Amino acid sequence: MADEDVVLLDFWPSPFGMRVRIALAEKEIKYEYKEEDLRNKSDLLLKMNPIHKKIPVLIHNGKPVCESLVQVQYIDEIWPHKSPLLPTDPYQRAIARFWGDFVDKKIYGLESRKVWSTKGEEQEAAKKEFIECLKLLEGELGNKAYFGGENLGYVDVVLVPFYSWFYAYEKCGNFSIETECPKLIAWAKRCMEKDSVSKSLPDQDKIYDYVLHLKKVFGIE
Amino acid sequence: MAGELVLLDFWPSPFGMRSRIALAEKGIPYEYREEDLRNKSDLLLQMNPVHKKIPVLIHNGKPVCESVIQVQYIDEVWHDKAPLIPSDPYQRAVARFWVDFIDKKIYELGSKIWKTKGEEQANAKKEFIECLKLLEGELGDKTYFGGESLGYVDVALVPFYSWFYAYEKCGDFSIEAECPKMIAWVKRCMQKESVAKSLPDQEKVYEFILQLKKIFGIE
Repeated sequence: MADEDVVLLDFWPSPFGMRVRIALAEKEIKYEYKEEDLRNKSDLLLKMNPIHKKIPVLIHNGKPVCESLVQVQYIDEIWPHKSPLLPTDPYQRAIARFWGDFVDKKIYGLESRKVWSTKGEEQEAAKKEFIECLKLLEGELGNKAYFGGENLGYVDVVLVPFYSWFYAYEKCGNFSIETECPKLIAWAKRCMEKDSVSKSLPDQDKIYDYVLHLKKVFGIE
Repeated sequence: MAGELVLLDFWPSPFGMRSRIALAEKGIPYEYREEDLRNKSDLLLQMNPVHKKIPVLIHNGKPVCESVIQVQYIDEVWHDKAPLIPSDPYQRAVARFWVDFIDKKIYELGSKIWKTKGEEQANAKKEFIECLKLLEGELGDKTYFGGESLGYVDVALVPFYSWFYAYEKCGDFSIEAECPKMIAWVKRCMQKESVAKSLPDQEKVYEFILQLKKIFGIE
């Protein structure tokens, strides 16, 4: 299993890419990070992900693995001995996968983007649903330190990247996520105390600048 | 291992069919409960409070939601019979990628084919066929996506076959003409009892679609 050739094609603000960075860091796997310019995708990216042409792409010994949730599970299965992310019990695994799927559908789905890309009533509705979804996640977290229990688990890795986008959401939506969901922010800060997380997430101000840039490009006020 | 198993389902749901096939492949007895989606049962609302959707698999009173998660759960709990998911991690990643592709593309495009007309429908048809061709490419010369026996991708995809006739009638095209390899694969799958008994009749699904179109005021 040692001496692996691991390459990650990624884009710095992508929460999906961050998931993979965190998983690799948790497992202490050395890899080559390659920044993609999404307006000018590399031949390697197009060859390794011909179907979707998207990042992140994990290339392990020359073979591509696409889709961040698939990548995180792959990393967990290839390097099972350090920091296991998915539970061993099948029912607990089903629960973890359910919440991972929920995060993908609700926290970074088309609806939640409306929090920063729209205004007025549409934005208010998006904010409301976004907070409701975060509260459901708080319920699932309960009194645990992490979704994974005592250590980072699959759901933590899948969700925490969006923390880097919270500041942008708050500024664009004019609300405070911490006021609405203090438990979740407390959880995010606990995660950020870990190197694997803090070194994988970009600075919140940089993400906000990026979102402002996107709004300009797409002509959104 | 067996315990008590209940599947809350809705007969035309391709997602429900996935779990039916997986359970049948493993020879696991279970109680099938038909839900009326306009009048969801208390049990459904209690077991899937987040999405309130079928299918829900209830094993010894504990719910597992989302069809893809159910199929993986069934495969892990009853791992001795008819394994669906590859044992090699890379092959597993490939299988999961294609199931994700199917989830992202097939249902949505198929829905557009029966819900829309004109240019929107034409675009949906074109992209639908392109996606099926990509899947044909992945199948290659194999008997099933899983190789010699049904696998995870087969189970995730074959339920949509029960909707093909409805798509063809609504979209006025022939899927077999465009994707003969796909239809050949489907027919191989349908020779298996686990599949044939889990899929409803294509005509019944078409009638169901016509009824939906009436209700939603779609021509």
